[in-house]
Amino acid sequence: MRKLVLAISMLAFAGSAAFADPIKDRQALMKERGKLAGQLSKVVKGEEDFDAAAVLTTLKSLQANAERFDAETLFPAGSDKGDTTAAPKIWEDMAGFKAVGDKLVTDVKAAVASPPADADALKAQLNKIGGDCGTCHQTYRIKKG
Amino acid sequence: MRWLRKLIGAVVVLGGAGAVAGWALSAPVRLDAATVAQLGPGDAAKGKRIFYAGGCTSCHAKPGSKGDARLELAGGLELKTPFGIFVPPNISQDPKDGIGAWSEEDFANAMLKGVSPSGEHFYPAFPYASYARMKPADIADLYAFMKTLPAVAGKAPGHKLGFPFNIRRGIGLWKRFYLSPEPVIALPGGTPDKALAGRYLVEGPGHCGECHTPRDFAGGVKKAEWLAGAVAAAGSGVVPNITPQGGTKDWSEADIANYLETGFTPDFDSVGGAMVDVQRNMAQLTADDRAAIAAYLKAVPPRANGYPARKPKS
Repeated sequence: MRKLVLAISMLAFAGSAAFADPIKDRQALMKERGKLAGQLSKVVKGEEDFDAAAVLTTLKSLQANAERFDAETLFPAGSDKGDTTAAPKIWEDMAGFKAVGDKLVTDVKAAVASPPADADALKAQLNKIGGDCGTCHQTYRIKKG
Repeated sequence: MRWLRKLIGAVVVLGGAGAVAGWALSAPVRLDAATVAQLGPGDAAKGKRIFYAGGCTSCHAKPGSKGDARLELAGGLELKTPFGIFVPPNISQDPKDGIGAWSEEDFANAMLKGVSPSGEHFYPAFPYASYARMKPADIADLYAFMKTLPAVAGKAPGHKLGFPFNIRRGIGLWKRFYLSPEPVIALPGGTPDKALAGRYLVEGPGHCGECHTPRDFAGGVKKAEWLAGAVAAAGSGVVPNITPQGGTKDWSEADIANYLETGFTPDFDSVGGAMVDVQRNMAQLTADDRAAIAAYLKAVPPRANGYPARKPKS
């Protein structure tokens, strides 16, 4: 009997660890992503001086963040319920959803591969990256007020 | 039974008079000669700015098209609203399926009066209730610019509307309540030119109020809740409150202008939903135009949210 209780509680623990809280996890990932984009945006707007090394570090962090975006783990079936602005479209078109995530990875990788030499070059890259944010949020997010 | 016959007679006469009056009041009204005279020859280069301010491609481009294909205005998007499904038509330069055969005056009547060349009312899903505030010269420029866009063959499907919204003639009565060239917000004397220019862009070509303002039972925008945000008319979710009391209250004018240019909010979230296409159009405007829009949005009266609060967390 004790073994059974132990086994059940272990299973429950394992289960809760594996399904921690995908909504919180993906929100944290997006928050970090926004913060990184924001750091680049400050440089583009001239609020901060262009520092090639610092910009490259931020771009690399952004790449790591984009690569951590695992759509199936972060958006498991049923996680459209609760405190989320995820649109049902994600689960209707998981392939399309993944494709826009991959597009971001591709564009950030391209920026890391040819680091911007000045704020104008960064602006062009950030516009492209920002376009990816918009493309995804256009279809796969709902504003709930 | 003479009284009954009299009563029936009276009802018939009154009903008939009502029908005649309704028919007369719902007749399409075209532009007067004085306004037509103000159109003049358009300038396509200037019309490009109006085209992007007006966001024509957001509804009239083929759904899902990207890049230069956004300029192929074949229509076909489905706007699913409480009134039914509206399908923006082909407004490319195709003479048969689009508007290639329209004269400048035809175009101006559509934009400013919501009347087609054949004398039918357009549904106000085509936001002429906003375009009615545009300057005739801008209409002429826009007409000239659209002449430079490609002709695309193929008619878009018709609207799918239920009774009574399928009675086009009824829109004539609607126009008597909701169609006016006057500004929505009477800004006080001494308002800087920048905010006035922004008012024109927002209330006229930009037609921001069409989505950002709640509508009444007849589908007219509630001017007392101008830009207060609304439950989305098409699709799901809400369109945010953009008055100084809304979610943008802590944004500076520069923040608003930057958002319209780049799609990034001050806290580095990004533009989403139907606003993505709008923002991409706004990015085509000049920095001065975006600054003007920002100045106006800071000058409008603050309003409480025009949509219900989000349900508390369960």
